[in-house]
Amino acid sequence: MGAQLRVYKRRIQAVTATKKITKAMEMIAASRIVKAQRRVAASMPYATELTRAVTAVATGSTTQHPLTTEVEAPTRAAVLLVTSDRGLAGGYSSNAIKAAERLRERLSGEGKEVDTYIVGRKGVAYYGFRERKVAEAWTGFTDSPTYADAKMVAAPLIEAIQTETAEGGVDELHIVFTEFVSMMTQNPVDNRMLPLSLDKAQEEDGGKGEILPLFDFEPSAEDVLDALLPRYVESRIYNALLQAAASEHAARRRAMKSATDNAGDLIKSLSRLANAARQAEITQEISEIVGGASALADATAGSDK
Amino acid sequence: MAAELHVELVAADRNVWSGEASLVVARTTSGDIGVMPGHQPLLGVLESGPVTIRTSDGGTVVAAVHGGFISFADNKLSLLAEIAELADEIDPARAERALERAKAEADAAAERRAAVRLRAVAGH
Repeated sequence: MGAQLRVYKRRIQAVTATKKITKAMEMIAASRIVKAQRRVAASMPYATELTRAVTAVATGSTTQHPLTTEVEAPTRAAVLLVTSDRGLAGGYSSNAIKAAERLRERLSGEGKEVDTYIVGRKGVAYYGFRERKVAEAWTGFTDSPTYADAKMVAAPLIEAIQTETAEGGVDELHIVFTEFVSMMTQNPVDNRMLPLSLDKAQEEDGGKGEILPLFDFEPSAEDVLDALLPRYVESRIYNALLQAAASEHAARRRAMKSATDNAGDLIKSLSRLANAARQAEITQEISEIVGGASALADATAGSDK
Repeated sequence: MAAELHVELVAADRNVWSGEASLVVARTTSGDIGVMPGHQPLLGVLESGPVTIRTSDGGTVVAAVHGGFISFADNKLSLLAEIAELADEIDPARAERALERAKAEADAAAERRAAVRLRAVAGH
């Protein structure tokens, strides 16, 4: 076998091995999307009912709760950024980070100081490399987040918003995550969780604009709201984590699918080159044989004379 | 047919039970509350405790609910809890062990959770 041909064969082998790996990753991601989607769907009833209840209290009572009323001049805001722990998911993490950067710029433009909270190793690495300050970071559960994880993430955020701004608390709570629209579309979005904007909460409720009945609060509207809002934040974070997980798997599936396709193309063009090299080798051998034979024939014809 | 109310018992990550009922008893922070069809709209904070649902076909469903809310409007009752388990799903032996362990470690929250589970099983 000629040297050229051997090099091509070896490369084809290497690319085939890579293709097998990316194909396997694609299929794993595809099966996980379905599971993640099912979990998003399973968390929906709780989120919907909770949003309904929050809307009911906030609109149905005249309570002025610090968590639902906007501060006159907000000076500090917390941003929770949800990224992934692992790479090989195309632009998934960098898109979320970019959205967070935009939000950060907008908030800074409004004269607010931004505290960043991060979920996922990719976001932590991004901020670590740039030596930016991170208020708190969590890693290790972006694949399949549980409600306990969401509670863990929510705890310092709730504490920060309940603290007075002068003592290091924040006035606003934002979350940046990748919304799962469909298998093919995932959008990085930024949402303001608190203070609650009621129109938005109602919109999420389905936009029915139904008139809510006059509720009887047990024990009192303030107490209900006090207990309700942390749960609301937790449930929103949980929902965001689940959607982000589904988006991550979808992004990984897509990235791995195009990697597999590219490997296929590469194998095809390499095989063409290998075939050409083999053909050239054969042609050369034939011409060598023919040349040798005619040289021999010439020599014997000469000696005959 | 007697009046009915629709009950949805949902935990943070799943729908635990839903169906028609004639009476729901739950423990709020200010005491036990019973809700029957046609109750006035209500929104309350739940304590950890067993919730009893009398279904319209005469059966009884008991669930251990750890914190959460009860909301009732338009004959629809929703029980929201971070953690909720039906009595059938609870393993008494495991809850017993958890109770022992919580007592040994003086973990009040875990102890209460285990005690509520056991009460729910006993009430079944």
